[in-house]
Amino acid sequence: MHSEFAIEARGLSKQFGELRAVSSLDLKVPRGEIYGFLGPNGSGKSTTIRMLCGLLTPTTGAATVLDTDIPGDSKDLKPKIGYMTQKFSLFGDLTVLENLQFIAEIYSYPFADRSTRIDALLDRYDLAAMRKQLAGTMSGGERQRLALACAVLHHPELLLLDEPTSAVDPQSRRDFWENLFRLAGGGTTILVSTHYMDEAERCHRLAILDHGVKVADGTPQELQDRTGMNIVEVIADDPYAAQAAIHDLEAVASVTQLGIRLRVLIPQSHSSPRELVEHALAARKLQATTSLSAATLEDVFVAVTMKPRRSG
Amino acid sequence: MKSLYRIMAIVRKEVRQLRRDRLSFGMVVGLPVIQMLLFGYAINTDVRDLRTAVSDQAGTHLSMQFVAELRQTQVVDIVDFVETANDLETLLRAGKISIGVVIPHDFDRRVSDHSRAAVQLLVDGTDPTMLGVANQLRTMPIGFDSARSTSDLPQLIEVRPFYNPERRSPVNIIPGLMGVILTMTMILFTAVAIVRERERGNLELLINTPLSSTELMVGKVIPYIIIGMLQLALILAVGRLLFDVPVRGSIVDLYLAASAFVAANLALGLLISTAATTQFQAMQMMVFVLLPSILLSGFMFPFDGMPTVAQYIGEILPNTHFIRLTRGIMLRDAALVELLPDLFYLIGFTLVAMFIAAMRFSKRLD
Repeated sequence: MHSEFAIEARGLSKQFGELRAVSSLDLKVPRGEIYGFLGPNGSGKSTTIRMLCGLLTPTTGAATVLDTDIPGDSKDLKPKIGYMTQKFSLFGDLTVLENLQFIAEIYSYPFADRSTRIDALLDRYDLAAMRKQLAGTMSGGERQRLALACAVLHHPELLLLDEPTSAVDPQSRRDFWENLFRLAGGGTTILVSTHYMDEAERCHRLAILDHGVKVADGTPQELQDRTGMNIVEVIADDPYAAQAAIHDLEAVASVTQLGIRLRVLIPQSHSSPRELVEHALAARKLQATTSLSAATLEDVFVAVTMKPRRSG
Repeated sequence: MKSLYRIMAIVRKEVRQLRRDRLSFGMVVGLPVIQMLLFGYAINTDVRDLRTAVSDQAGTHLSMQFVAELRQTQVVDIVDFVETANDLETLLRAGKISIGVVIPHDFDRRVSDHSRAAVQLLVDGTDPTMLGVANQLRTMPIGFDSARSTSDLPQLIEVRPFYNPERRSPVNIIPGLMGVILTMTMILFTAVAIVRERERGNLELLINTPLSSTELMVGKVIPYIIIGMLQLALILAVGRLLFDVPVRGSIVDLYLAASAFVAANLALGLLISTAATTQFQAMQMMVFVLLPSILLSGFMFPFDGMPTVAQYIGEILPNTHFIRLTRGIMLRDAALVELLPDLFYLIGFTLVAMFIAAMRFSKRLD
């Protein structure tokens, strides 16, 4: 049976001793989309990806990945997925070309087309000039292009990328995402974990994980519309003092400083957020201008991963 | 068929990596040669030229003749003459000599009076071989005392050593050394080869490909079997050229026995690799196996002379059985069929260790 979802997880959980790394995760990833996992370190992103590709057995719950049941025999699944590990996992003492050849051999890529495919990948990922270079001597961005080339060599239907851009410069990240969109355009489903907001914003759809729990999911736009927070932006002469004045207010959920600006998150249940902030600043005789602002993904992230500050 | 191609892909990769890893590659050749030279020349159980001091309190013609005869045995190298027995003790304690000879002032009378010993030997007992040498000296024929040397004393017993009549140590040592060198390199190479991939994260990538854990293990082991065979040839060649160590039995038998032994060690290396998480841990575990393989396998000390518990431990080690096989085949001209129990043990050991390693490996990432 062909499902419209590449990944469907139902109550997926993973326990490591005392630690509950992933807790009852429900997930639906439509085919052909780029789906993001956004979360801080230790939020269960890697564990979830490893469960979805059959590397780890879920403690409870189940998933269907490309019509293969997990937990179960993931042998038929392996040729259909490409996996890029968080750490560079190709062979540093083999050359670019040798790494690609090795991957082609392991996936039993048809012999007749092998060199054409490898040449195409070297070209596409701008590696042709360094085909004889040892992978261990390449820069972060180059290694990441090689890792992506190896992960997609066998034309996988689903690509699982575990924090692929954590060790590369901004320019390489942009190029990398261009490549991801090209792959998605060609019908590949991509699940990518990240802790960069700008990357999360590029995904078709994303889930925010915190301490192994999915705290929100949807398209970036949906998430921004559904924060349940009003955002008051404050521009103050003395932002540090202003922050101290606002921070202790009962209704304020969170204050984040960005240069001389403060972003104050106040639940929508409060009827006059702007006045609340202005009052607090005036009481301490602080010079500031305030304005209401639209939620960014960063605000969403802060709102949903925030620990409850106090009851009520 | 696809499985075979995947195994070959691993073999090719492994050989390429080994070729670029100068240190490992050097170990393949350097380790056996250096060990052979060290052990072959340094370990020498036929002791000669032990540093000796003499306290000749008699100073007679007869006592001087005795010292001259002592010197002629070449077992001792007389480096000093001192006054008293106390001086000898001081030298012994300081480690300046290994043997002290006390010739009492009434030496001439004692020689004719057969009821008492004429000479006292003070021996550094910290080295058991010294005591053996001293006992050997006790039976030394003394020319001027024909009564002692011909009738009532034990030098009538003829020692006739078999298989190594010249009593050359390398002949005994090299068959055993073969086992020690192969144990060292084979366990280390396989254990490190897999643990390194785990450390570098390669394993996580490999597990996610269609490659099965059996294919991975077989592909990893094949290059090292070949290396083991090359090392064996190297050891035999060096043994032949430098130490004139014979291979009296069949070379085919020897290679069959060595194949079983190499396989047993590789399986053990794989087993270690499933338990170790870093290369350092793998090396520590390797030493844990290596030391008993040197000390309890019959390589260093005669197996039958060891305490029962040590013998039980020795029986578990593949090296013990391999040393029995090589000494049999190389020195006693035994055929492999006469030594089947040891061969079967090695094969059994391989299968059990492989089985446990494969079981543990497939569960690894959980």
